[in-house]
Amino acid sequence: MNQDNDLVLEVRDVRTTFLTPRGPVRAVDGVSMSLRAGETLGIVGESGSGKSVLGRTVMGLVSNSPTTTVTGECLIDGRDVHTLKPNQRRQLWGPEVAMVFQDPMTSLNPVKRVGRHITEALRLHLGVGKKEAHDRAVELLRQVSIPEPVRRMTQYPHELSGGMRQRVVIAMALACDPKLLIADEPTTALDVTVQKQILDLLASLATERNMATILISHDLGAVEGRTDRVAVMYAGRTVETSRTSRVFNNPVHPYADALLASIPRIADDPHTVLRAIDGSPPNMLNPPDGCRFAPRCRFAVDRCREESPELRDLADGTDDTHLGACHFPLLPARQEVG
Amino acid sequence: MRRITLRIGELLAVLLVVSFGVFAMVTLMPGDPAVAILGEGHPKHEYAELRDQMGLNDPLLTRYWDWLSGAVRGDLGTSLVPPQGDVTERILGALPVSVELAVLGLLIALVLAIPLALWSAAHAGGTIDRMISATMFATLSIPSFLAGLLLIMIFANGLGWFPRAQWVRLSESIPGNVHHALLPAIVIAMMELALFTRILRNDLIVTLSEDYILAARAKGMPPWRIMIGDALRPSSFSLVTLMGISLGRLIGSTVIVEYLFALPGMGSMIVTSANQGDFPLVQGAVLVIALVYVVVNAGIDLSYGYLDPRTRRVHA
Repeated sequence: MNQDNDLVLEVRDVRTTFLTPRGPVRAVDGVSMSLRAGETLGIVGESGSGKSVLGRTVMGLVSNSPTTTVTGECLIDGRDVHTLKPNQRRQLWGPEVAMVFQDPMTSLNPVKRVGRHITEALRLHLGVGKKEAHDRAVELLRQVSIPEPVRRMTQYPHELSGGMRQRVVIAMALACDPKLLIADEPTTALDVTVQKQILDLLASLATERNMATILISHDLGAVEGRTDRVAVMYAGRTVETSRTSRVFNNPVHPYADALLASIPRIADDPHTVLRAIDGSPPNMLNPPDGCRFAPRCRFAVDRCREESPELRDLADGTDDTHLGACHFPLLPARQEVG
Repeated sequence: MRRITLRIGELLAVLLVVSFGVFAMVTLMPGDPAVAILGEGHPKHEYAELRDQMGLNDPLLTRYWDWLSGAVRGDLGTSLVPPQGDVTERILGALPVSVELAVLGLLIALVLAIPLALWSAAHAGGTIDRMISATMFATLSIPSFLAGLLLIMIFANGLGWFPRAQWVRLSESIPGNVHHALLPAIVIAMMELALFTRILRNDLIVTLSEDYILAARAKGMPPWRIMIGDALRPSSFSLVTLMGISLGRLIGSTVIVEYLFALPGMGSMIVTSANQGDFPLVQGAVLVIALVYVVVNAGIDLSYGYLDPRTRRVHA
C-alpha cells in the first residue's frame, strides 16, 4: 500500500436521493471514504444496499438532475465531480476514473465492433490518430489476456464469450489509464470458473498501474484477499469499515457478522445448513428509525430502534481504525488471526 | 450464396401468389370488358364474339397463365379504353412519378424525423419533447387534402414559389423536376413525419436505458455522439420496417396528392382505369405495385443484417 498522502478519491458524507412518484428514496445516505493510489477498497452488501448507486455517484454518473439529488462531496483528484460542469466531468471519465459494469452481455453495444469500443475513448481523450488508437487498443486487449487481439478488434460483441466480453469491458475502462477504477459487480454475471480469472486480472492490472480500485460486490469471497480495505453497506449506509482482514476476522457490526456467517466455508462439515439472515432489507421509501438493521438484528434493544448509531472507531488501541455503526459492537468477539 | 438463392426463390413464390390474387380479384370486379371496349347499345352477339376473341370465356387458370406469361416478358396487354395504349408503357409513364413522390416524401420525412426524435428522446418528458409530440399529432390529424390545399394556396398561389398542376419529367430537367415535385412531396412527408418521429423517439428512449449507453457515458463520450453513434442504429428497426411499408403503400395511394397537384402518377391512373373498367391496366398497375412492395420489403429484411450484426447468419 502506498503511504504517501496522495488521495485519489475522497468522499465526504455523500447522499443520493431519487425522487420517485411514491416519494424520495435515499439510496445512499451519508457515506464517506477515501482511497489512495494503488489501494483497493471492497464495498459489500446485499442487493439494494446502495453499493451500485454509491459507485455511480462517486464518479458522477449519477448526479443532480430533476429526479435526483446528490449532496456531500466526491473529490476525484481534488475536484468535486458534482460541482463540475457536465463537459468537465466527462473529461474525468476515462483518464481519471472509469467503471467496469456488471453484465458484459449488455454493457457492450451489439452493433459496434469490439475495436470501436476501445478506440473511440482513446481518440476522444488522448486525441490520437486512427492507426495509433488501433495499435493501442490491440495492446490493451493483449494486456487483458485476450487471445488473437488483432482479429478480435473487428469482431462484434456477440461473437465473444461472457468472460472475453468482460475482458473487453475492462480494456475499455483502462484505455485512458484511469487513476481510479470502479468495478461494479464485475463477475456477478459470469460463470463461476471465469469469475476468479477476471478478479485476478483486475487485481494484477491495478497493481501494475498503481491504480486505486473500488470493488463492489455482494460476494464476500470475491473481496476477501483481493482488497486492502472493505466497507460493509446496509440500507444506504456504511455500517462497518476497516482493513479487510480485520473485518473478516473480527467483525464488530452484527450485520457484518451475520453476512460473514452466511458464507459457506470449505472447512465446514458436508451438509452444514447455510446460515441466512432472517428478514429482508428495509423499504428505502420509508426506512426504519434508529439503526436500520435493528428489525433484523438478534441483539437489538429499544435504544437501537430509537437512536441511529454513528460510525465510530471501535479499534481497541491498535494503529488501524476499525469503524462500526452499532450501539453494542461485538467486541472483541473473536481474536484477529493473521 | 445459398441464402440469396433461397431468398430469391421465396420472393418469386410470394410474387406468384400475389399475381394470382391480383388477377383473380380484378376478374371478380363488376363490369364487362366487352362493354367497356365497344360501348353500350351493340347487339348481344357482338359482345359475345369479342369476349370469345379476348379469351374471356377460357377457364380462369388458362387466362391467368396467358396473362402471367405475357407479364413475365414485360407485356401486360393493351388498355381497353381509349387511347388504348400498351399497358406496360402507360405504367412506365406513371410509375416514375409515383416512385419519385414517395421516395422524396419519405426522405423529407426521414430527414426531419431523425433529428426531432433524437432531440425528443434526449430530453424525454421535457417541454420541447412535449411540444414536438403535440405538433406532430396536430400534423397527423390534418387531412392531407387540406394540408395540400393550404400549401398550394400559400406557396403556389400566394407566394408563387412553386408551380402547380404541372409536371416536368426527371429526364427533361432535374431542377425543374424537383421544383415541381417538392410541394406534393412535402404534403406526403407531413403524413409520415409524425409517425416516424414518434416510433423512433420511443425506440430511442428504450435504447437509452440500456447498459451500453451508460457504459458509453462512463467513457466520457459527449451526449450527441452517444445519441448518434450508440443509440440511433439499434433503435431504427421499427422505423426502417415502417418505411418499407410506407414506400410500398405510397406508390399506389398518393391519389389525393396526385389529384390536388394534377400529377400523372399511379394512384390517379388506377382510380381512373378502375372506374372505366379498364381491366388490363388495373391488373398491370396493381401487379407492378405489388412487385415494388415485395422487392422493397426484401431489401428491408436484408438491411436488418446491417442494423444488427447478431441477425447475420454465420454460415453464409
